[in-house]
Amino acid sequence: MLELTDLYKTFNAGTLNEVKALQGVSLTIADGSFVCVLGTNGSGKSTLLNAVAGTFITDSGTIILNGRNITRWPEHKRACQIGRVFQNPFSGTAPSMSIAENLSLAARRGKKRGLGWGLPAPVIRELKIRIKDLKMGLEDRLDSPIGKLSGGQRQALTLLMSSWLKPDLLLLDEHTAALDPKTAGKVIELTERIVTEGGLTTLMVTHSMQQAVNLGDRIIMMHQGRIKFDFSGDEKRRLKVPDLLSLFDEIRRKDQIDTGVSELLMANYV
Amino acid sequence: MTLLIGSITIGLVLALLAVGIFISFRIFDFPDITAEGSFTFGAAITASLVIAGTNPILATALAFVGGMLAGAATGMIHTRFKINPLLSGILVMTALYSVNLHVMGRSNLPLLSKTTLFTWFENFSEKISGKDAVVNLLGWDVPAKELWTLLFCFLIILIFSLILYWFFRTQIGTAMRATGDNDQMIRALGVNTKRMIIFGVALSNGFIALAGSMLAQFQGFADVQMGIGMMVWGLASVIIGEALISDNSLGMVIAGTVIGAVLFRLLVAIALRWGMNPNDLKLITAAFVFLALVLPDFMKQTKKIKLFR
Repeated sequence: MLELTDLYKTFNAGTLNEVKALQGVSLTIADGSFVCVLGTNGSGKSTLLNAVAGTFITDSGTIILNGRNITRWPEHKRACQIGRVFQNPFSGTAPSMSIAENLSLAARRGKKRGLGWGLPAPVIRELKIRIKDLKMGLEDRLDSPIGKLSGGQRQALTLLMSSWLKPDLLLLDEHTAALDPKTAGKVIELTERIVTEGGLTTLMVTHSMQQAVNLGDRIIMMHQGRIKFDFSGDEKRRLKVPDLLSLFDEIRRKDQIDTGVSELLMANYV
Repeated sequence: MTLLIGSITIGLVLALLAVGIFISFRIFDFPDITAEGSFTFGAAITASLVIAGTNPILATALAFVGGMLAGAATGMIHTRFKINPLLSGILVMTALYSVNLHVMGRSNLPLLSKTTLFTWFENFSEKISGKDAVVNLLGWDVPAKELWTLLFCFLIILIFSLILYWFFRTQIGTAMRATGDNDQMIRALGVNTKRMIIFGVALSNGFIALAGSMLAQFQGFADVQMGIGMMVWGLASVIIGEALISDNSLGMVIAGTVIGAVLFRLLVAIALRWGMNPNDLKLITAAFVFLALVLPDFMKQTKKIKLFR
């Protein structure tokens, strides 16, 4: 279970570029729940994910994962419990190393790394089976550098890597945004399979409302660093893309009123 | 012929330097100029210990340890205090200059008539082939002890290359390579990348100090200036190795670096033999590395221009 309480984060505080990215986010995610996070650009959804992953330390608030307070843990320490897939397909794999080496690295996520051989035979056997399962024809290219593969193939492998050892929490940061629609569809299919088979607790940021409607059991909508809407259960199941669109419109209209009013005030009083 | 064998021997000694530069530059993408200080540091440690009568193997091993400490300092300054790699290296290199002078007590330490590793090699040669034995090699008469010295240097670099290859294939070694390749990815897999960088730069400087220690023992003196230009020298060797061997696999790259170091030393020996002014050596080395770094991009551009026409 993931419990976020009152998370705040401001970047470049006190300068002209000040960004209040998180303004009091509280969220509890039950074990095995698959949550989609929607939101406009700059709404703080990726920041939320990075806060949980430990890319930075939050200004205030607490992050508790499976009973452990990880608020002040560095990124690499949190990785024992958290699996991640990034938006950029090149971020999740080491390009000049082979497919087999990349996956073997993932097979020791969060474990002690000693002087044992980097490519142990049992791992190689298992990864042949799992890579064959992807049906991408990669099982014969285990020794070729992963940088030679396409973005979609690399993203599929990153998914496999992040879930090789069952993580307490899987973080997906718009992991299909950089792919063409067909490949994105395949990666989403694979995501669904891996999450359901493993019963993984998942937090997925997405731009695609269709994905949010089709996947998962909960939708969260963020705006200006806060959670605006939270749908789960039957409510989430009834939700369709047009409903989400109208919610976005509603948020946008409010924004316009805000800026409109401030302009009016500026014109009259400044 | 004696010149040739001497050059190859020095080339093999400096291959340790090239391998060290390869670790920092190619594995970690860390332009580590500590090399210039730690090379001399290795020489200084071994020279002063050998003069004090320490066992040469111990004196050489301690040079390796000293180099690792210098490298760890650079790595620590970079990771803990977020100072850029080049500046961290410059700080430690500058500090080492004073340290080296303290270790040696003066700016130049002769090792003549002291027992070094190379004295052992020569004694071994006398035992096996007899005193002042000469071997006929392809029509030239070569002193046997020079051939034995060459063989020992070859064995040393072979053993160290194999250990390094094995190390970079272990779990921790693979994680180190991944740190240089994509640090975000390996952090997400639970590796403390700061620790990896500190250890990697330490390892690199261990190799470089070892090269300095061996060179001091071979040429019979340690000098506080001997590290100057060594980073570019090592880089030139790495680049030649990469040009010779297009294979990107780890074993081949390490082998290429060693071959590159020997070849570069030979090229320099030939150039000096032909009458190149030794004062120009570093200028030409730097120009060579500059060209090697720039040429690939330049050639791509000219190709593009041709395509557009």
